[in-house]
Amino acid sequence: MNSPSLLMVSNIAKHFGGVRAVNGLSFELAKGELLGLIGPNGSGKTTLVNLITGFIKPTTGKITYKSRDITGWPSYKIVRLGVARTFQMVKPFYQLPAYKNMIIPLYSPRVKKMTGGKYGDRDAMALDLLEEVGFERDSFVAYKVASALPQGYLKRLELAKAIALQPDLLILDELFSGLSLAEVAGILPIIEKLRHEGKTIIMIEHRLKELFRIADRIIVLNYGEKIADGKPADVMENEEVKNAYLGSE
Amino acid sequence: MKKRKERIDRGIKVRSSDVFALLSWREMLYLSFPRLLPIVGLVVLSFTLSIYWQKVLLSVSVFALLAISWDILAQSGMISLGQALFFGMGAYLSGIMNYYWGWPPFLTIPIATIMGGLISTLLLLPVLRLRGIYFSMVTLILPLMLVRIVEATRIFGGTEGISGLTPLPTRWVELYLIIIVLLAALFGFRRLMNSDFGLVLKGINDNDQSVMNAGINIYWFKAQALFIGGSVGAFSGAFMTHVYMFVGMPVFALDYSILPIAAAVVGGIGTFAGSMLGAFILVPLSEILRGLGGLRIVFYGLFLVIFIVVLPEGIFHYIQRKYHQFERWVEVE
Repeated sequence: MNSPSLLMVSNIAKHFGGVRAVNGLSFELAKGELLGLIGPNGSGKTTLVNLITGFIKPTTGKITYKSRDITGWPSYKIVRLGVARTFQMVKPFYQLPAYKNMIIPLYSPRVKKMTGGKYGDRDAMALDLLEEVGFERDSFVAYKVASALPQGYLKRLELAKAIALQPDLLILDELFSGLSLAEVAGILPIIEKLRHEGKTIIMIEHRLKELFRIADRIIVLNYGEKIADGKPADVMENEEVKNAYLGSE
Repeated sequence: MKKRKERIDRGIKVRSSDVFALLSWREMLYLSFPRLLPIVGLVVLSFTLSIYWQKVLLSVSVFALLAISWDILAQSGMISLGQALFFGMGAYLSGIMNYYWGWPPFLTIPIATIMGGLISTLLLLPVLRLRGIYFSMVTLILPLMLVRIVEATRIFGGTEGISGLTPLPTRWVELYLIIIVLLAALFGFRRLMNSDFGLVLKGINDNDQSVMNAGINIYWFKAQALFIGGSVGAFSGAFMTHVYMFVGMPVFALDYSILPIAAAVVGGIGTFAGSMLGAFILVPLSEILRGLGGLRIVFYGLFLVIFIVVLPEGIFHYIQRKYHQFERWVEVE
């Protein structure tokens, strides 16, 4: 790839007591790439995302984003640089209606920076974004309290909250888990559209079929270490990956 | 045959939620009545009450302010067990400025309000990272610590306190100052919490990680909420110092921490109006029960328990629902 790397993770490690959740991991991510991150449960995928987004601090190693060393930065500062993520366990504001959930990311300094301080009407922006991820405009679903929404909509809301921040790097942590095939089919085009807009995306996913179709590159983790890194087709053929992950199915 | 209770918004509520509100006097009254009630009610009360009950009204308003200040912290995810910290801070600051430097109340009260809020915020700044009961414990301990510091070092009059402070000019000034501040806090805070800023505070209460994930520094927002709530608490302390013409160790007493919470719980958390309503029930109740002597606290406690068991949502939420919705039983199946 000729384009300069957006994210550089070098030799990063995180130990929880004796557990080496992530153990000396390095990779680079080019602008506009869609990276799939797979691995068995407990292989350190979510820990890696938490390290990149600053939710936890690494034991050793360095993370560079847009040629800036962001190792150990608080998460809100990393978000302001344009890294947005969704959580595997959705974290909506359960007491607020769906569209009010969107106001909080729209209030972010990141959005202020991206829009040049000209906010417009946040309520209208919230409804537009929700429509983009599939909250039907004509229905009342966007006005429902989040605690009353089904899982499919909560996942969409989680995605909309991340998109609202106008990120350069979007990290989707198991967005499809717990969704029906039809719901996944509804969300896939949104991700493909984001990719066409030039966003760099990291996807953690257990639904390999969908992931392998859209990903440019796959990294396979096992016990906190990288066991494969390459094009989806090549990774599929890798013996070690088959043993650790695919073969076990 | 099974029956289910159905709640439906009143037609007038639906119509007046939009611009069509101005169609009739009835709709305008429907919208303005809940807002006018506390204003007109307080003005009428101030004229009709005897001097003794006017003093009670002062005390009610002070506790209502403390309850409102507790409520804004609770809505931002900070459960304070130490409203006495804010109250005592404001009380001592205005007392000190008045006694040692001879500043008049109309200078000491505003300065003590701001400074009290600021110092309390700075004191709690290191523990803003704590959540839930851990934060609460620190707020509970701080006023108890401060009172021991005053006792041990004998500063600011020690156990004797400072007396002979300048009173406010007349009892009408006293009464209307607190009423105006109370109404301003009530309507101002309701407006604040409905703004996008307030939404961020509510978001912190709901899920602080998710707010952080939006690139928002939650500690900065918590600190602002703490300053706003703390200033209101400090105002009530500074005000009472000049009403009693005295400031001493009792300003850090547990009453100022617990009673506001009781008021907010009885009245209904999260509306400010509920906190105010709670104070307007609990404080006069305590006065009425005074005749019972030793059993007073028993009846008072019993009353509290009954309220919480019968109306756990709080009185205000109950009234609000009755005002906006009608109920009917419908057959199921």
